[in-house]
Amino acid sequence: MAKTVEGLFYSESHEWVKVEGDVAVIGITDFAQHAMGDLSYVDMPEVDDELEAGEEFGAVESVKAASDLFCPVSGTVVEINEALEDAPELLNEDAFANWIMKVKMNDPSELESLMDAAAYEAMCANE
Amino acid sequence: MKYYDKLIFDLSKAGRQGYSLPARSWDATLADIPAGLRRAQAPALPEVSELDVVRHYTNLSQMNFGVDSGFYPLGSCTMKYNPKINEEIAAMPAFAGIHPLQPSETVQGVLRVYKELAHALSAITGMAEFTLNPFAGAHGELTGLMIIRQYHISRGDLKRTRIIVPDSAHGTNPASAAVCGLEIVQVKSKENGLVDVEDLKPLLDDTIAGIMMTNPNTLGLFEKDIKEIASLIHECGGLLYYDGANMNPLIGMVRPGDMGFDVLHLNLHKSFSTPHGGGGPGAGPVGVAAHLVPFLPVPKVVEDEEGYLTIAGQDGESCGQISGFMGNFGVLLRAYTYILMLGKQNVKMVGPLAVLGANYIKESLKDCYKLPIESVCKHEFVFDGLLDQSTGVTTLDIAKRLLDYGFHAPTIYFPLLFHQAIMIEPTETESKETLDGFIEIMRHIAAEAISDPESLKTAPHTTPVRRLDETTAARQPVLRYAEM
Repeated sequence: MAKTVEGLFYSESHEWVKVEGDVAVIGITDFAQHAMGDLSYVDMPEVDDELEAGEEFGAVESVKAASDLFCPVSGTVVEINEALEDAPELLNEDAFANWIMKVKMNDPSELESLMDAAAYEAMCANE
Repeated sequence: MKYYDKLIFDLSKAGRQGYSLPARSWDATLADIPAGLRRAQAPALPEVSELDVVRHYTNLSQMNFGVDSGFYPLGSCTMKYNPKINEEIAAMPAFAGIHPLQPSETVQGVLRVYKELAHALSAITGMAEFTLNPFAGAHGELTGLMIIRQYHISRGDLKRTRIIVPDSAHGTNPASAAVCGLEIVQVKSKENGLVDVEDLKPLLDDTIAGIMMTNPNTLGLFEKDIKEIASLIHECGGLLYYDGANMNPLIGMVRPGDMGFDVLHLNLHKSFSTPHGGGGPGAGPVGVAAHLVPFLPVPKVVEDEEGYLTIAGQDGESCGQISGFMGNFGVLLRAYTYILMLGKQNVKMVGPLAVLGANYIKESLKDCYKLPIESVCKHEFVFDGLLDQSTGVTTLDIAKRLLDYGFHAPTIYFPLLFHQAIMIEPTETESKETLDGFIEIMRHIAAEAISDPESLKTAPHTTPVRRLDETTAARQPVLRYAEM
């Protein structure tokens, strides 16, 4: 069973958001990494990219499939996790400890449309 | 199959020769060649005997698995037999020896083949006219989408920049649309695997350029609401694109033109028996309904009143030139041969036999493999892994185990709608004995999954190489044969 972490926000497309002030730390869930299998590549945005909520910001690739990543909130990319460029397997090892990017949020109220851990678990149970 | 991994260079022995050239009949010496054109050192060619060469390539060829060596039920790929007469005709010097820049009056027969193949494909699909220029299926998709864009632009309808693609589509559909500068809008499938008409309706407005549909779809199911979908799309001003990748079961029975499609491509290497060549030459002819004929790409083959054929270049309304010259003629010729050899009567048997074979396998295996959608399939169908997955045996393990029994694996983990997808397509060229042999082995593997799961998880056992570490290969690829 895939794990979740309390206190994070979750999107329907399997990203998680951790709020640090006005910055959203974004990654993919344990459910997502498990469904993808061993990851071989993480395609990330560039710092200063401006993203709309729901906009594609990158992709993860495994031997099995490639899957787009969608930004759950609108804002500006302030940092990307460069360690993933050489070691995509970090997301398989611990999807919650290894974030993908940090976004300075335009409108924190957008977080209200995301799920909490319990709601996300319920959604995954139906997949 | 025995393991063989040498390069021809490994066999090289200094001074060994497998040739003798005729005596030189001219007087020139090396000094007559300008210094700038001379090599500084001799090329490092392998020095081998004729027998070395024959054994080397024979051994390499035995490392291969093809339709000529065994059953190849690769779903979505239509791995049908490539009749040898196709090769015989394509090798005829009158065809094989031509040059693309030859004057039209010297290639009237070749242009006639082009024209007649286009005519035959129009008759089979119910379209008005074809271009045979695109080099592959995805190239055909791009060409078809360019025709759709050109149609809207010609009407001054510039807002139509969005295209609808079902979630079950081949990945090339959204990719081709993106290359064509279109924005992709996804429409969902229902529980029964068909496009959800209710989910489609709210997407339709005056920004929709069209929809891309595959019918039967990637689950092997016929989109039975196609007439309603066609009406809805046409009412909103969009066009319908037919991805012909799955045309095989419909040949001679149902025509996309009659379903309301405006543009389509065909994969000649699937439905029309030309070789699937490791990324090699393909052909993706594009057919259009009458109102789109002016937008077909150039060059075109044009016939005058006396039946004389010429090649015409750019005209006002065409979407432009999408290929050097006029497609892969050798491939077109093979498809033309295939159609003529079958003839009008037998072409009608292709679809029904392909459908019969697929349904026979599906019904024979559904008590040991999970059939997510219970329905008559067309040329292919999808299982969602084993019915009993308690021992942890996955679709990948089943696919690897099949290799031990001399079958090519089916397509796995596609379509993405199911987690353990196995997609099986037998094609009409396989006998009942072959299908029965495959069914027996699939049942045997399902039993092994319970009695001896380890033998599946470590499969394959009898192939030249065992299970490869695909993850490490993707993460840390070794791109050299050896340290040079």
